Amino acid sequence: MEPFIKTVGLKKYFKTPSGQLHAVDNVNLEIARGTTLGVVGESGCGKSTLGRTILNLLPATGGQIYFEGEDITKPSKKRLFALRKEMQIIFQDPYASLDPRMSIREIISEPLIVYKEVKGQALYDRVSELMDTVGIARRMENYFPHELDGGRRQRIGVARALALNPKFIVCDEPVSALDVSIQAQILNLLMDLQKERKLTYMFITHDLSVVKHISDEIAVMYLGECVEKAPKEELFKNPKHPYTQALLNAILEADLKTSLAEKSIIEGEVTSPINPKPGCRFASRCKYCMEECLSDNILLEECGKNHFVACIKAQE
Amino acid sequence: MEKEILLTIKNLTVKYKTDDGIAEAVNNISFQLHKGETLGLVGETGAGKTTTGLSILRLLPERTAEITEGEIIFKGENLLDIPKNEMSVIRGKQISMIFQDPMTSLNPVYTVGSQIEESIFLHNRDLTNPQIKEKADEMLELVGITPERRDDYPHQFSGGMKQRVVIAMALACDPELVIADEPTTALDVTIQAQVLRMMDELKRKYGTSMIMITHDFGVVAKTCDTVAVVYAGEIIEYGTVQDIFEDDKHHPYTTGLFHSLPNMNQDTERLQPIEGLMPDPMALPAGCKFHTRCPHCFDKCKTVLPQDIDFNGHMIKCHLYSKEV
Repeated sequence: MEPFIKTVGLKKYFKTPSGQLHAVDNVNLEIARGTTLGVVGESGCGKSTLGRTILNLLPATGGQIYFEGEDITKPSKKRLFALRKEMQIIFQDPYASLDPRMSIREIISEPLIVYKEVKGQALYDRVSELMDTVGIARRMENYFPHELDGGRRQRIGVARALALNPKFIVCDEPVSALDVSIQAQILNLLMDLQKERKLTYMFITHDLSVVKHISDEIAVMYLGECVEKAPKEELFKNPKHPYTQALLNAILEADLKTSLAEKSIIEGEVTSPINPKPGCRFASRCKYCMEECLSDNILLEECGKNHFVACIKAQE
Repeated sequence: MEKEILLTIKNLTVKYKTDDGIAEAVNNISFQLHKGETLGLVGETGAGKTTTGLSILRLLPERTAEITEGEIIFKGENLLDIPKNEMSVIRGKQISMIFQDPMTSLNPVYTVGSQIEESIFLHNRDLTNPQIKEKADEMLELVGITPERRDDYPHQFSGGMKQRVVIAMALACDPELVIADEPTTALDVTIQAQVLRMMDELKRKYGTSMIMITHDFGVVAKTCDTVAVVYAGEIIEYGTVQDIFEDDKHHPYTTGLFHSLPNMNQDTERLQPIEGLMPDPMALPAGCKFHTRCPHCFDKCKTVLPQDIDFNGHMIKCHLYSKEV
């Protein structure tokens, strides 16, 4: 079956005074319709840039993006306008992503007005319906964002993303600014909506327990590259890439079974993404690093059913 | 053997005056901290965790915050009674604080070396300059930064390294108590694990006591000896880590928090969030402050403030258990 979203060798570089910043480098991903791809990695690994490049919010430096089989890497202005209806984004920070001078109703109506979907009473009803869908009381329609708590604001972000009935939503850390009890409410909402509307998600997060909960497949990113990709059960049971193993090891479980001293914690920090050296980008922190790791770029290769890894040692 | 008590907080109540009314941030909090132990203050945004931490150091904003009641007894002395200038001798020397955001808690125009030296100089006036420098280098080494970087500015360090510098500053005068306010919240998971492990090792080495303020049960499970769960300015459950993570009896709020967390070890179809929101500290409900969100709420909860029910040191502030004892 044709994948719903597909990227081939997707690249996004930024020019900086000290050189090319490889934010996203050679990423090949596929997302099937109605599923969730979780993208995990630490800050600066390019996960948000990847999401934005797929949505054409940032122009790609190289590679292709396919949406339902159509190449949308460099769409015409008209086509892009139409595409925006199909693909939406929910941003990380519900405090910064809502216009402070617009009321709740105005924020949710805006996409509908821009696309001339409905007007008058029909518009009013559509917005009220959207507010019901995400669980915002209708009496709050004239509130401004600053009058609401983080959880409610994020619900508005969700309502705005849903307004045009998109097929694909990039969720960029939608719960990381929220408290755990509220985080659970929003995660449940997103999962219910996916079931009801057969949405496809790309869920970007640094929180491994959240990604495990919501995803079908998981892609692990490190310094702009996708280093491992597998169905979630497989990834958590059988992580192959040393970085994935390190990430899983660093999780602090809320139980007393293992102590901090017993954990094997990875040393060092993420190196610079500016003009990276050839070879494995994780090599400087990797305890298995061999000479071969430093010479050539290492590509994702299948090492099990649907399990891809970019590591010489794991591929052997 | 009876453990030595370092800090006792009795009935601490803190209110903030705002234009809209009085916010009851901390309501009647009491706890004890033993020497060499770590107490976790865990709760959600606005629960009053940071306010409690700042009260101990008397760093609350003077014009708006008021400690209306309570005692903070540190080594037999009530910190709320001693004059301001004496407080600055204790601050940094005997009790120090690690703040949440290492990006804003360092001064961008001074080198990290000079920022560490400052507190050493202020609290050890008899030391000569080379001695202070040596001590600062020692601190940097302790937190895993080579002393060659002493003349670098904060912006030249990564987030994890900055937090290490902040920790070096906090430990520079060998304090007996360190208050760590969400020390790793701003850091990535692998860096968080590194920093927490380092803090744990240093704590053991120097016998420092710690108050760990966090919203993350994972951090609590890995670093604390005792835990206080805070909700709407009250400690609603208190006990050893074993009590909190392994006992079956819990306050409904604690249970709710645990159910909200996606579990790594077993698959759950749906999370069970706590319905509703934390009450507004300007209009706290009568009776149990959690009753508006509690699935077990009955009539008594709406009017009568529950007392601590003691199960061998595991305290739960809930009417559900009062029938049992």
